[in-house]
Amino acid sequence: MATSGLSETAPNTPCIRPESSPSVRLQVARLAYDGMPLFEHLELALTAGETTCLLGPSGVGKTTILRLLAGLQPLADGDRMEASDGSALTGRVAYLEQRGLLLPWLPVLDNVLLGARLRGEFRDADRARELLRRLGLQGQAGSMPATLSGGMRQRVALARTLMEDRPVILMDEPFSALDAVTRYQLQALTADLFRSRTVLLVTHDPAEAVRLGHRILILKGRPARLTPPLCPPGTPPRDPTSPVELACGKSLMRSLGMVQNPC
Amino acid sequence: MLNVPWCSRFLRGLIILVGLLALWQVLVWLTGVPPYILPSPVRVVQALMNNGGLIGRHLGVTLTEILAGLICGTVLGVGAALMVGYFRPARRWLMPVLVASQAIPVFAIAPLLVLWLGYGMASKVAMATLIIFFPVTAAFLDGLRRTEPGWVDLARTMTAGVGGAPPEGNRLRILLYIRTPAALPALASGLRVAAAVAPIGAVVGEWVGSSAGLGYLMLHANGRMQVDLMFAALLALSVVSLTLWFALDAALRRLLPWQPDLFSETQQERAS
Repeated sequence: MATSGLSETAPNTPCIRPESSPSVRLQVARLAYDGMPLFEHLELALTAGETTCLLGPSGVGKTTILRLLAGLQPLADGDRMEASDGSALTGRVAYLEQRGLLLPWLPVLDNVLLGARLRGEFRDADRARELLRRLGLQGQAGSMPATLSGGMRQRVALARTLMEDRPVILMDEPFSALDAVTRYQLQALTADLFRSRTVLLVTHDPAEAVRLGHRILILKGRPARLTPPLCPPGTPPRDPTSPVELACGKSLMRSLGMVQNPC
Repeated sequence: MLNVPWCSRFLRGLIILVGLLALWQVLVWLTGVPPYILPSPVRVVQALMNNGGLIGRHLGVTLTEILAGLICGTVLGVGAALMVGYFRPARRWLMPVLVASQAIPVFAIAPLLVLWLGYGMASKVAMATLIIFFPVTAAFLDGLRRTEPGWVDLARTMTAGVGGAPPEGNRLRILLYIRTPAALPALASGLRVAAAVAPIGAVVGEWVGSSAGLGYLMLHANGRMQVDLMFAALLALSVVSLTLWFALDAALRRLLPWQPDLFSETQQERAS
């Protein structure tokens, strides 16, 4: 599986992609918690090979959408989830969340190889080392997670996500526990690493959405609704300090109710 | 560097021990109780030295029973917890049995065990095994049930086959590679309890019926009013139990270095 895509790999694409990333469509007829409807007739589309950012206040259901897509929460009757290539999404998503979820008893290399170990597959340590090197973690393969900084741990989690080599990547606020400088570096790295994969990035930070999203959606209200997608010009990672991006961020902040006075 | 906290810990233990012994000696002096009621520590040490070989021989028997019981109880307890944690039917059928087994006091069935397994070591090993089986099972099972949900979610996305639920082999690997290591700190708590209570099982077994062991020796010394010998045997038993506990505790700390430990002295110093 890993070798079949090697020849197609462009020189600056750091990872091998065995299949092209499909677009994904999720339709939820109705989802309620304790009788309170969370979603009604919600429809979310992820465009193929692009990063879709999902913004919204906490508790609005962003993580629920992500869990539905990841197959961690079952779909109800009448709900639909489909990929553009016709096959099911199960087994084709990689999942990364804010805490990174490294196993504290395994050294870095074994954490990166976790998926292969859990599936009883061959553990390609060479490829894992190569990914660690690309993520600036050379020499850390034998370190224990507790000895690493938060930023390094999240890099390891990124390496583990890349090692899975899935066409669809789901990320739940992956940088929110990091300091500003580390976050900025990792955003650029992520945009580069996951280029041309179908990515859903759940975030609460409008600047992050403007930096990384090909398309930006806002989820708000109850039952929650999605706003029409905002597509900032240019390709990610964008410079968050340029005037166009600043204006974009401001309009997002207005939509989220963070700025009262439109100017 | 590493030796300093260990040294101070040892010193503190020594001071506590000497303090208690001094208190004991003073109590004997002040009250003037006869030595067949409460011998002074000096007499106990004398008895220990005079009967070194005798105590050593019986200590060997008891220690073997304790260790064999610890091994059997741990193996059975870990196995039972893994079964209950993995097979859903096992959960339904085995859990009530486990709880019921704990409702029967082990001491009450000691005579039965001696009747069935004889005066030798087997009945004492069975006692020690029974007494530690439940704490080990309960602690480990508790750990298996409380795996960080994020890890399980991650593993589920990693192992999801096409069509939904992960294949059985993957479920087993999630149990072995994620849930079991994650539950090891909980198992370690169970083992610490086990190390503390295993000697009770062995000695009670010896009291009920035996021809060797510290429990047997103490019973006989008591019957012959050799209270100093009884205390000497008790002292030997306590030293062995304490050594066992501390050795196990140290081993568990070494084996699980990733487990956060607020009581560990080195971490305390780092925090302050």
